[in-house]
Amino acid sequence: MSVKLSTRQVGDVSVLDVAGRITLGEGSSALRDTLRDLVSKGHKKILLNLGEVSYIDSSGIGELVSGFTTVANQGGQLKLLGLTKRVKDLLQITKLYTVFDVHDDEANAVRAFS
Amino acid sequence: MGKKTGEVQTVDQFLDSTLESVDSAEDLVLNVAQKAGFPEEDLHKIGMAVRESMVNAVVHGNQYSAHKKVHVSVSKGPDRLTVTIADQGKGFELDNVPDPLADTNILRHSGRGMFLIRAFMDELQVRRLSPLGTEVTLTKYLGRK
Repeated sequence: MSVKLSTRQVGDVSVLDVAGRITLGEGSSALRDTLRDLVSKGHKKILLNLGEVSYIDSSGIGELVSGFTTVANQGGQLKLLGLTKRVKDLLQITKLYTVFDVHDDEANAVRAFS
Repeated sequence: MGKKTGEVQTVDQFLDSTLESVDSAEDLVLNVAQKAGFPEEDLHKIGMAVRESMVNAVVHGNQYSAHKKVHVSVSKGPDRLTVTIADQGKGFELDNVPDPLADTNILRHSGRGMFLIRAFMDELQVRRLSPLGTEVTLTKYLGRK
């Protein structure tokens, strides 16, 4: 399995659950397409749940950044939930950890959208 | 293909310029690294550095050309693992790769591959091949923090 994506609504927040590998090819393009689809449908509060992401490469990091800027450019917010240690380490060494609003608890993350 | 010279054991393969080859190279290198005794966290770093180097070779170097190969070689020495990945593309200058940590680049979509390779390996060397190609050599030492 490369990557599995599913979307659900929690109030007015769209939660995108991601599982598997976000790497160049199928994984990163699936994430890009899903985020663009949400934005094109007017979703402006997007919570990206990365709790089941086992692996992410520089292409996957690029998709997170692109998603963040795409949503922001539409006046929305993209937040991250449930980073594994490896994903957190990657965001820290690339200095992106402070760019994103990162949460460990879904309820808190949903409340953080305002 | 494999050969043993003294205490250094080398395995190498010529791979197609496809994304499937990225997985093949990672598997090849990790198989050797695991037998060499690298701990789990180092295996993750080595695998990631190999993936990023392979993506550079396949996508930016050979540009998915069916006529070009990527040569992957992995050597296990007494104290280190050395991986060499060579493409047949036009090449690039390492000094010209923008710093992904610079404020102006932090939100760029791409450009973090070489940075991650440097971060995860102990040594990185890049050299131009004649007439075409780029060869990157990655080294990881056993037992180094």
